[in-house]
Amino acid sequence: MNTIEKEISNLKSSLLKMFFLVEGQWEKGANAIINYDQDIAEEISSSENRINAQELKIDNDCENIIALHAPVAVDLRFILSTYKINHALEHIADIAESIAKYVSDYNIAYDKKIVDEIRLTEMLDVFNTMMDCLIEAFENEDPSIARRVFKKDKLINKINTDAHQIIINNIDKYDKNMLLYLLSSIRKIERAGDSLKKIGEEIIYHLEAKVIKHSKK
Amino acid sequence: MKYKLEAKNIDVFYGKLKALNNINIGITENAVTGLIGPSGCGKSTFLRLFNRMNDYIDSFKLNGDIYIDNTNIYDKSVLVDELRKNVGMVFQKPNPFPKSIFDNVAYGLKIQGINDKAFIKTRVKDALKQAALWEEVKDDLGKSALALSGGQQQRVCIARALAVEPSIILMDEPTSALDPIATAKVEKLILTLKEKYTIIIVTHNMQQAGRISDYTAFFYMGDLIEFDKTDTIFTNPKMERTENYITGRFG
Repeated sequence: MNTIEKEISNLKSSLLKMFFLVEGQWEKGANAIINYDQDIAEEISSSENRINAQELKIDNDCENIIALHAPVAVDLRFILSTYKINHALEHIADIAESIAKYVSDYNIAYDKKIVDEIRLTEMLDVFNTMMDCLIEAFENEDPSIARRVFKKDKLINKINTDAHQIIINNIDKYDKNMLLYLLSSIRKIERAGDSLKKIGEEIIYHLEAKVIKHSKK
Repeated sequence: MKYKLEAKNIDVFYGKLKALNNINIGITENAVTGLIGPSGCGKSTFLRLFNRMNDYIDSFKLNGDIYIDNTNIYDKSVLVDELRKNVGMVFQKPNPFPKSIFDNVAYGLKIQGINDKAFIKTRVKDALKQAALWEEVKDDLGKSALALSGGQQQRVCIARALAVEPSIILMDEPTSALDPIATAKVEKLILTLKEKYTIIIVTHNMQQAGRISDYTAFFYMGDLIEFDKTDTIFTNPKMERTENYITGRFG
């Protein structure tokens, strides 16, 4: 293994660690809002520091490899995609923290009936499956697995689109603040889903040198 | 598409050794074409076909045709001296003659039998200006070229090549003996020169090929493995051997 191969192998390990940290953060966020668990919500805030530190480390590693090793071809694509995936993951972690903040900020749990009607749990499950696909695609360098997230993201978008009318229909039946927070959570999960889709695009760019963002997948 | 230079079905032998194997390539006018590949891959042999430098090697044998402006330069009717007026060459190490800066640049004109001093003076000045050296040496043209820095010596050699007004410049690792500052000056000069000249450059420096070449050809063991636009070669090469070479995973 030459020097740049070693650097890239180390960077891959670092990004994989970032994936796992963010995946853990997301699971905690989902647990916090579904089970209205305030302890988990606090735990998320404290682990955010580790994620931020990992983000900075990966940024720095990317800069160093570009400056010191002048990567080209597949190596360059890996560095560029890693740099973008790193920021997308950090953004997702921020959203997880933001969703869980509801539990700390508001003293009424999401009502189970409206959670089921708006399909929040299903949305979170789809999100987790997307995250699993991306980790597997990244680790095994398999673009076909990365491609699976595009269809799943459409399902997340559909749940988000439907949520607005469901909230309107139920506006007089539940605590209004709770409903608005719930809608806000749905919107945030949809944005996080978009970030996962972008990560899928970056993995494909790295492995196949194809730019598929802004195109019909 | 019309090319300034074309190689068709080129095989080159040095005795029994086949140095180039069925090379076909078209070189675009007013562009920089980089030739890359490991030592012994045939890139310098290929470069030297265009000014018939290999003719001096006893065991050299060529099959195929090399065209410049649609003329087969290995045709018996082609005069090699005339060909070399049109195809200048710059070598790896600066090789100024032990003469003044002026006489170095004027050398090609004088061996052509040109005696008009005013004409020579104008050409020398123009060539030094094109080589981005005029401002540094204009008050010292009588100084020995050997007293200049390595980077300045190489630009004297480039000016010497330009003075006879070629349309093609061949460069065989022209910056490998220069420091980064001198290298940057020569690279900047190459980018300026391509507006007027067609340039082919052999380089072992991948980053240099990326910086200055419009097209890049990758040679390996006498074969042309891949030839494409430089940004394609360095971001998304089609051939695995090209990728392995430019990413340093070769062998």
